[in-house]
Amino acid sequence: MEGLVSLAVKAVFIENLALSFFLGMCTFLAVSKKISTAMGLGISVMVVQALTVPANNLLLNYLLAPGALAWAGFGDVDLTFLGLISYIGVIAALVQILEMILDKYFPPLYNALGVYLPLITVNCAILGGSLFMVERSYNFAEAATYGVSSGFGWALAITAMAGVREKLKYSDIPDGLQGLGITFITAGLMAMAFMSFSGVKL
Amino acid sequence: MGLRAFFDRLEPQFTKGGKYEKYFPLYEMVESFIYTPKTVTTVAPHARSYIDMKRIMTYVVLATVPCILFGLYNTGLQTNLAIAELGPSGWRAAIIEALGIGFNPANPLANMLHGLLYFLPIYIVTLVAGGIFEVIFAVVRRHEVNEGFLVTSMLYTLIMPATAPLWQVALGIIFGVVIGKEVFGGTGKNFLNPALVGRAFLYFAYPAQMSGDTVWTPVDGFSGATALAVGASDGYAALPAHGITWMDAFIGTIQGCLGETSTIACLIGLVFLLATRIANWRLIVGCLAGMIAFSSLLNWIGSDSNPMFAMPWYWHLVLGGYAFGLVFMVTEPVSASHTNVGRYIYGALIGFMVVMIRVINPAFPEGMMLAILFGNVFAPLIDYFVIQANIKRRAKRNA
Repeated sequence: MEGLVSLAVKAVFIENLALSFFLGMCTFLAVSKKISTAMGLGISVMVVQALTVPANNLLLNYLLAPGALAWAGFGDVDLTFLGLISYIGVIAALVQILEMILDKYFPPLYNALGVYLPLITVNCAILGGSLFMVERSYNFAEAATYGVSSGFGWALAITAMAGVREKLKYSDIPDGLQGLGITFITAGLMAMAFMSFSGVKL
Repeated sequence: MGLRAFFDRLEPQFTKGGKYEKYFPLYEMVESFIYTPKTVTTVAPHARSYIDMKRIMTYVVLATVPCILFGLYNTGLQTNLAIAELGPSGWRAAIIEALGIGFNPANPLANMLHGLLYFLPIYIVTLVAGGIFEVIFAVVRRHEVNEGFLVTSMLYTLIMPATAPLWQVALGIIFGVVIGKEVFGGTGKNFLNPALVGRAFLYFAYPAQMSGDTVWTPVDGFSGATALAVGASDGYAALPAHGITWMDAFIGTIQGCLGETSTIACLIGLVFLLATRIANWRLIVGCLAGMIAFSSLLNWIGSDSNPMFAMPWYWHLVLGGYAFGLVFMVTEPVSASHTNVGRYIYGALIGFMVVMIRVINPAFPEGMMLAILFGNVFAPLIDYFVIQANIKRRAKRNA
């Protein structure tokens, strides 16, 4: 249990997907103009992450890993080379389902997220989460924790980013830097503030 | 009024249509430094107040005076103490010998002078390097050079270690001024404290010159751990054995950055800032409460392997840059939260973070600076949620 708590803290703060690995930058920069939208996107990333990482963990352990197919009588088959494409498939399917649910039950959020919701499919933070799970050989409980908390860390980062950007509306930014330019600088400065966690040993 | 007449004669050259129209910010900077700005509010509402930006910023600089004076004394004291063991070296020692003042640590004047010889180069480099970029931006972007830069440069100087190489000092303040402030449009439009941005930039870029045991006292071969470093390795109970009592730390005769060691000097500044209402007391209360609550919680949890868990709050208060950050950085109005409830939360977040970084993160024993930057990042978000809660409550009340 203690291990899971420290894994969660680590995934949220120390190894924040957005501000420490700079994953999922395209959506991080593009959908962080308004806090409400950013929060919506953050929550959907968190949900997708919480579903895909454990799902991919099951996929890995019961279908792909060397010896995983022993239950079907193929004990010496190693399908890990199919890993990448299977994870993407799982992510795409889950995003599709999430999109349908949002469309049906939360139309304002669905409209606000617009094209970025399907784009979660190719959000590198999502795929990155699954690949980190494989690389660090998490078990199922760890994968579930990691999925939720890394998604939460990303959501926290994009919401804070949106907060800063709403404040920056009142700034007087040089012409050449308006829009993406200043957003990149802001992201860099935020990453510097998040570096206060680098080096924490849990 | 010879000077006034001089300015009046010069002014048409710099105002619209004049020969040096482009350099108006430069003229305005010098003029408003000496005289009260002539600009008056022309649109309603006409709130009557004598507090303008210039006065706020000047007050903050005034509030740092006790820290500066004590910083000079302490830097000289630490250096002279080390010289008593290791012998003098360098050009500063040559100047002091030439003046015949000597290196007696018991002589306050000798300490002050020696400290001044470390403080002045850093401060001048900060003013010149940062000032050049401030003026370039002001001229090109046609905004005023205001007294905010005086505050930034003073705070930045006070949180430098005495041995900081001057080119790094220059680099840091330029980064702080340009990336931390000017790219957002100048004073009041940034979201991070520019002095801290510069300092943190140096901290991560040149850790060898900005932290560790050898940087605090500028004598070759001298190595003295900061009180926080001792606390992290041996526990706070071992501090008196290292020659640091609580009273030493409170008064400030310990290792540390130029002007941040003395808690009492910072508190004098705090009283001044609170009395003039420049600093918002809610921020102070929040930050103290967060620090006391979280450090007490850690005291209560305890840990066998990490002696920092046991450090009580009154030690946290006097060590490292906590007091300095609390008084001069947390209270900075631009980068803090703007709502009253938000101020408590913002302060508490910083108080919590500083203890957490100090205790749990062995890489950065100096937590205050990073904690404040972290708080800055979340300040707008805190405001947003406070405002949303207000809207909801009112909607409910009027429903």
